[in-house]
Amino acid sequence: MYQYDSYDQAMVDARVAEFRDQVNRRLAGEITEDQFKPLRLKNGLYLQLHAYMLRVAIPYGTLNSRQMRMLGDIADKYDRGYGHFTTRQNIQYNWIKLEQAPDLLADLASVEMHAIQTSGNCIRNTTADHFAGAAADELVDPRPYAELLRQWSTFHPEFDYLPRKFKIAIIGSETDRAAMKLHDIGIQLVKNDAGEIGCKFYVGGGMGRTPMIAPVIGDFVPPLQMISYLEACLRVYNRYGRRDNKYKARIKILVHEIGADEYRRQVEEEFAHILTLGLEPPPAELERIKGFFEQPGFDAAASDDLDLSDPDFAVWVKQNVHAHKQAGYAIATIALKPVGGIPGDASADQIRLMADLARDYSFDELRVTHAQNIVLPHVKKADLYTLWQKLDEAGLANANLDLISDIIACPGLDYCSLANARSIPVAQKISERFADLGRQQELGELKLKISGCINACGHHHAGHIGILGVDRKGVENYQLLLGGSEGADTSLGTITGPGFNEDGIVDAIEKATDVYLAQRTDGERFLDTYRRIGMAPFKEAIYAKESVNG
Amino acid sequence: MKIITGSDLRTGDVIWWTGEGWSRHVNDAVDVPEGAEAIIARENAKQIVTDTQVIDAAQTDEGVRPAHIKDRIRALGPTVRLDLSLKPADPAAGTWVI
Repeated sequence: MYQYDSYDQAMVDARVAEFRDQVNRRLAGEITEDQFKPLRLKNGLYLQLHAYMLRVAIPYGTLNSRQMRMLGDIADKYDRGYGHFTTRQNIQYNWIKLEQAPDLLADLASVEMHAIQTSGNCIRNTTADHFAGAAADELVDPRPYAELLRQWSTFHPEFDYLPRKFKIAIIGSETDRAAMKLHDIGIQLVKNDAGEIGCKFYVGGGMGRTPMIAPVIGDFVPPLQMISYLEACLRVYNRYGRRDNKYKARIKILVHEIGADEYRRQVEEEFAHILTLGLEPPPAELERIKGFFEQPGFDAAASDDLDLSDPDFAVWVKQNVHAHKQAGYAIATIALKPVGGIPGDASADQIRLMADLARDYSFDELRVTHAQNIVLPHVKKADLYTLWQKLDEAGLANANLDLISDIIACPGLDYCSLANARSIPVAQKISERFADLGRQQELGELKLKISGCINACGHHHAGHIGILGVDRKGVENYQLLLGGSEGADTSLGTITGPGFNEDGIVDAIEKATDVYLAQRTDGERFLDTYRRIGMAPFKEAIYAKESVNG
Repeated sequence: MKIITGSDLRTGDVIWWTGEGWSRHVNDAVDVPEGAEAIIARENAKQIVTDTQVIDAAQTDEGVRPAHIKDRIRALGPTVRLDLSLKPADPAAGTWVI
C-alpha cells in the first residue's frame, strides 16, 4: 500500500489546521454561512437532513487495518457508533458536529486519510477495481496508476472549479468491476500484442438524470503519457463544459453534444500541445509508487486445497470467494447486506473486527467495493474457514454476494437532503421477501440497485433490476427499471411503466423474477433472459390485473 | 400552520422555532403566520442556527406534524434507525412519518 511521504502528510496536516481556523471563524460569527459553506464542502462536510455528514475519501477503495480501525473509532468517538460505506468506495458518517469536525479530520490525518475533494466541482476520489493486485484475471495492477491519479488530482489548481464534479475510475482487468464506462472518465489498462501496457480512455459516461455510456476516446495511450492525456480531456471539458445549467454541465453532455469524434479531435490537439510542455510526472515517480504495491510475502508452498465439508462454509465460499492470482490464496468478500439490514452500514465494532481480520489474514489490507461491501484481498486458503467462523460470529458471513439481496442502496430520504424517497426500507423489504438463501441462489446473479432520487447514487440505471424513488405529490413512488448492467456489457435499464408504492415495488420485483424463472434457458442470468425476450413479458406480468374468481 | 425550522450551527441538530428560542422537538414549534422572514433574519444574525426555512405543518392530536414527508423525517430521525430517533424505539414512529 502507498504510504504518505513528508509532502503528502504536510499537505493534509496543513489542510486540517486551515479548516480548524475556518470553523472557529464561522462559530465566532466572523464569516457567514454563505462564505463558509463552500469551505466546509471542500472538506467533505455536508449539512444533511439530521446533522452534518462527513464523507471520507478512501483512495481507490484501499485501506490498511490501522486506517480501518480508525474509521471504527471515529464512528464511536464522533458519530453514533456506525458508518456507511458508499457506492464510491468511501465512508460517510451521518451525525457529525461541526465543532468536532476539525478534531475528527486530525484523527484521520494521523492515519494518512482525509475528506478533501469528496464534494464540490472538482476531481473526486478516484475509484478502482476492488480486486486490484489480487484478481486472477488481472492484466495490469491499476493501483500505482490510481495513486498517481490521486497525487495529480489532489489540489490541482486548474481543475478545482470545473463546470461540475468529475469522477474517474481505473481498472486493469478485462472484467470491469468498477462500473468504469459509467464514469466521467474510465481508464482501462490494457496490453497490446507486443505486451506493452496502454491506457484505454472512455470519456463521457455517467448516471444521474441523463445516463450515458462512455465512448472510447483514446485507444492506447502510453502509461507515461496518461496524466497528459487526462489534462487534455479535462482542459477541453473545462473550456467548453456548460456552466450555465448544472443539469447539462457534466462532461457526458459535452461529449454527447459535440460528438465523440469532435471531442476526440480537440483532445488530441490539446494533448499534442501538452506533450510539448513536459507536464508529465517523471517516470521515476511512477516507479517509486510501484514500489509500494509489490506483492505481499505470499507463501509459495500454500496449499490450494479447501475443506468444504461444512455446508454453510461451502455456500459462503461458492458465493463470496474469488480466485486469486497467487496459488494457495483467495479473495474473500464480506457482504454488508444482512437480511433486513441497511446496505453498506457497519457498526464500529464490526469495522474494527474487519480491521483485525485484515491484519491477521489478509496482509493488513482491505478494500471497499462500489457495491458497498468489504474485500479481504489476500487470504490464504488454509485460513478461510477460520476467517469465515469469525465473520459468522459477528453477523458478517452473509453468503449473498451478487445475489438479489446484495442490494446497492443510497441513503435516500432517511438521511439525504437531495432525496425524494426512501431507499433503505425498500431494500430491507426486498431482502426480507427473498430472505431464503436457496431461493436467492436459484435466481442466481441478480444485481439490484436503488436510488432515492434522479442523481442515481444507488446506480439504479445499472441494475439488472433498478429502482428509482420519486416524489409524487408528496408521496413516495418507485419506478422499476430492467436490463441495466455495469460490467464489460454495460447497458442502461429501461423503465417498465407506471411506478409503485413501497409494497407494490416489492411485489413487482417478485413478478419479474417469476417471469425470469419461467422463461430462462440453461445458464442464463436474469439479465441474459431479459435481453433475449425483451421487456414485453415482464411488463405483462408486472402490470397484469389480478384475476377475479367467480 | 407555518413553522420555522433550521439546523443548529454547532451540532447540525434539527431545531424548531418556539417563539422564544429553538427546540429539538417539533412539538414545541409554534405557528408563525406572519413575520417569519424577520425572525429568520434576526436568528441567522445570531450565528446559532443555519439553513433556516419556513415549512407547512398541521396541529394534530399527536402534536405538530410537518406537511411533507422530508420534514417529518427531519423531525423524527431516520425511519430505519428508530433507536436513534427523538422517540427511541417508538413502534408508532414509522406510521407518524408515513
